[in-house]
Amino acid sequence: MSNIEHNMSITGDAPKSISTTQKIASAVGLSGLLILVLAIANFNFPNKSLFLSLSLGMISLGTVIFSVDAYWGKHAGIKNDGVWFKSLSGKGFWAWILGIGLTLFYVVLYWFPQYLGLNSEGANTGIIALFDPLSKFINGGPASQWFVYGSLYTVAIWIFGFKFILKYRHNRYEIIRTCSVMFFQLGFAFLIPEILARLNKPYFAPATIWPLNYDLFAGYRLDSFLSAGNLGVAMLIFGIVSIFVITPILTYKYGKRWYCSWVCGCGGLAETAGDPFRQLSDKSQKAWKIERWVIHSVLVFVTVMTIAVVYSYLGENSDRFWLTKDVFLWGSAGFLTLLFALIIIFKRDQIQKDAKYGAIGYLVVILAIIGINYFSGNWNIFFFPAYKLREWYGFLIGAAFSGVIGVGFYPIFGSRVWCRFGCPMAAILGMQQKLFSKFRITTNGGQCISCGNCSAYCEMGIDVRAYAQKGQNIVRSSCVGCGICSAVCPRGVLKLENGKTEGRINENEVLLGNDVDLLDLLNQKSN
Amino acid sequence: MEHIVILGNGISGITAARHIRKRSDKKITVISAESDYFFSRTALMYVYMGHMKWDHLKPYEDWFWEKNRIDLKNGWVQQIDFSEKTLHFKNGDKLNYDKLILATGSIPNKFGWEGEDLNGVQGLVSKQDLELLEKNTKNCKKAVIIGGGLIGVELAEMLRTRNIEVTMLVREKAFWHSVLPFEDANMISEHIKSNGVDLRTVTELDKIIPDEHGKVSSIITKTGEQIDCQLVGLCAGVRPNIDFLKDSDLAINKGILVNSYLETNIPDVYAIGDCAEQQEAIDQRKPVEAVWYTGRMMGETLALTLTGEKSQYNPGNWFNSAKFFDIEYQTYGWVWPRPKENEQHFHWQHEDNTKAITISFDKKTKLFLGINSFGIRMRHEVLDRWLTEEREINYVLANLKQANFDPEFYARHEAKIFEGFKKNLQNA
Repeated sequence: MSNIEHNMSITGDAPKSISTTQKIASAVGLSGLLILVLAIANFNFPNKSLFLSLSLGMISLGTVIFSVDAYWGKHAGIKNDGVWFKSLSGKGFWAWILGIGLTLFYVVLYWFPQYLGLNSEGANTGIIALFDPLSKFINGGPASQWFVYGSLYTVAIWIFGFKFILKYRHNRYEIIRTCSVMFFQLGFAFLIPEILARLNKPYFAPATIWPLNYDLFAGYRLDSFLSAGNLGVAMLIFGIVSIFVITPILTYKYGKRWYCSWVCGCGGLAETAGDPFRQLSDKSQKAWKIERWVIHSVLVFVTVMTIAVVYSYLGENSDRFWLTKDVFLWGSAGFLTLLFALIIIFKRDQIQKDAKYGAIGYLVVILAIIGINYFSGNWNIFFFPAYKLREWYGFLIGAAFSGVIGVGFYPIFGSRVWCRFGCPMAAILGMQQKLFSKFRITTNGGQCISCGNCSAYCEMGIDVRAYAQKGQNIVRSSCVGCGICSAVCPRGVLKLENGKTEGRINENEVLLGNDVDLLDLLNQKSN
Repeated sequence: MEHIVILGNGISGITAARHIRKRSDKKITVISAESDYFFSRTALMYVYMGHMKWDHLKPYEDWFWEKNRIDLKNGWVQQIDFSEKTLHFKNGDKLNYDKLILATGSIPNKFGWEGEDLNGVQGLVSKQDLELLEKNTKNCKKAVIIGGGLIGVELAEMLRTRNIEVTMLVREKAFWHSVLPFEDANMISEHIKSNGVDLRTVTELDKIIPDEHGKVSSIITKTGEQIDCQLVGLCAGVRPNIDFLKDSDLAINKGILVNSYLETNIPDVYAIGDCAEQQEAIDQRKPVEAVWYTGRMMGETLALTLTGEKSQYNPGNWFNSAKFFDIEYQTYGWVWPRPKENEQHFHWQHEDNTKAITISFDKKTKLFLGINSFGIRMRHEVLDRWLTEEREINYVLANLKQANFDPEFYARHEAKIFEGFKKNLQNA
């Protein structure tokens, strides 16, 4: 049998190849990227403004052309054809190449910025020098590795945000949400801190809230706030109010999504540049068990670290503040104890047994550490000097986890690894979402067909289908409210809603549509 | 311990197994020759299109079954000895049961067309069909789909993602007009065409022509037109998968005949899902309903019966859903393709032709009878309640907002729909 003539044809093949236009667009974008790579390799571009504009312009143009070709002119609707066939989005060869590339970039960025051209003495070279003109234009000074990173990060959220909006243009929730993350990244995370620097004010990114911003209460930051007059004090107060007042109110009304998928920069990158990888998250029950331990451990770590840092700061500056270190320490211990006690008393029905044990265990550990160190008269509270603890947190969590693993591993573990397993801010918001919030994903009676699109495309690895097929609302602490489960559902089963707290968590014996006598059933159950 | 054997691991059989386990300690065995584990049949298309991998189709992780003491057996039952309560497998194995649940599902309809068994001619129901499709479309340029139902449009969507030309032969004057009123069917027909499908209405298959290797090479329609193709999709409905039961004492007609308790004529033998045929009509439902939801409901009901709470199969208000390329469809209550004598239809369509609703109501009493909704998600709970409460059309239209289930920030159409209805009445 001869098949030769058929081999010339591309029909019948799985949709994994890209069109000619998309190839050209990729070439344009990669050329822009090449300029950056050359800069890293210390190629000294003559006119830096021109080449930087050229580079970022070509990267953006390539992405825009690619997106327009991929989505515009086609019917608006779900565009997941071939996701698992494509090498990049289906954990194939190119996924590994990209993952390794991103990981290396993060390693260099965090620990070897000299290879990017940051020179302790003298002017910048390399890629950092390439960004000098832009940095001078915005903040008045030369660039740093963080300026380069922030600029690229913002560009990524904007160009891939554009792509995302085109892809989901039939879904206004997705459009508005994406505009929001683009706005907050550019304004709150990038421009405001840079402009503050230009005005010689303390560094402050208003939307990066403690504990995600684990450094907020570090000694050097406190000094910089307190030496900047009213503005500095206002920033510090805003930082404290953000986590203790604004966050609980907004999370109560809208769920943690108001932050995680509308404001946060990490979420912003995951939702835009990370969108092609959302389906890679692990949905197994095992992953969920690991997730709960790891993320809450990070939260404990950051809490202990922050208490230690503030405690030692107050100790070193005891003459300057009315708040003594002891009052602060025992105040914190009291606050945590009270918080835990209230949750366990009033929400005991909603907390699983292992979660209760975990919570109590962690509280005991925290209080024990405080007690042992305090009563032993150990100046190094928590066994280590506070600054060491902060350094270790910064290295392990701030850099290695959120950066290297969180973004570097996008193409392998999915786009929300950090948000799911690591982010202490997400842990706090999640606890609140689970226990005190009006937010839930409502399932639509008996309409679920268990197809699994919702679970497959949940970036947080929630097995959405497990709830939907039982007609149960989804109330999960990890849900960031991206809305994609609802978007990909072919039968209109899922809807993100803020509603009354009664009946938010529902249990059905038999799904809607089947009129067996439920009263009999219930009677029998209670007998 | 009583041994309950379930033949078939689709939604009906698995729902029965899960609910029996929830409510009792009986020994449960589920038999299938199709797949080791339960999977969502409705999602087969997404594997072919690359949206999901096979493992995503399994609603429960593999450890679930052992943990819940539901034994899974991969095997092909050739014959059932009802008097000895024994199943005989193709490989010679035997298995005894105390109670037997037949949940064998459906197979594609064939109507004795010439060439219907050729290579390259297939339906799309089972896991094996999906694997076969992958093989059959390897170098396929052109396909013809016979029949315009839900599987047909899914197959068309699947093939289009692989740049295969698709011609779809439909007997009625618009896609699925045997179920949808013409205006609805017509809107969907246009949408299907706009996705590059050559939809031929009022066209029927005459025969399928092989090439020299016994593989399909073309089809000929009843009007004599010849269409070259390398694949023929048989999507003219499905029928109960009961051929292996034909020469037994089991009473069968189109399907396995059951009473309202899902009991067959043989004691301790039950039938649920696609393979069951109701002896007495329920509501206005067809005696054989090959629908995901009804399969699930029968499983729920029978589980009650087998665990001590004898329950009649009593499906409530009819509902169903589907997706035609990019247009989602939901229906609640009855909207017949042609209004019955006492009925009237009100149709509203958005100017972009991707959203529409058709509401059926009683001409005299103004009673709300049913709704078809396209491109607008509706809340099952609300419409189910309105149907049960026997609301009037005016009430439904005035409160339609309550029934909306679209995501947040979506454009709302209730005002336009209401206006359209008022205008419609004035014109009538």
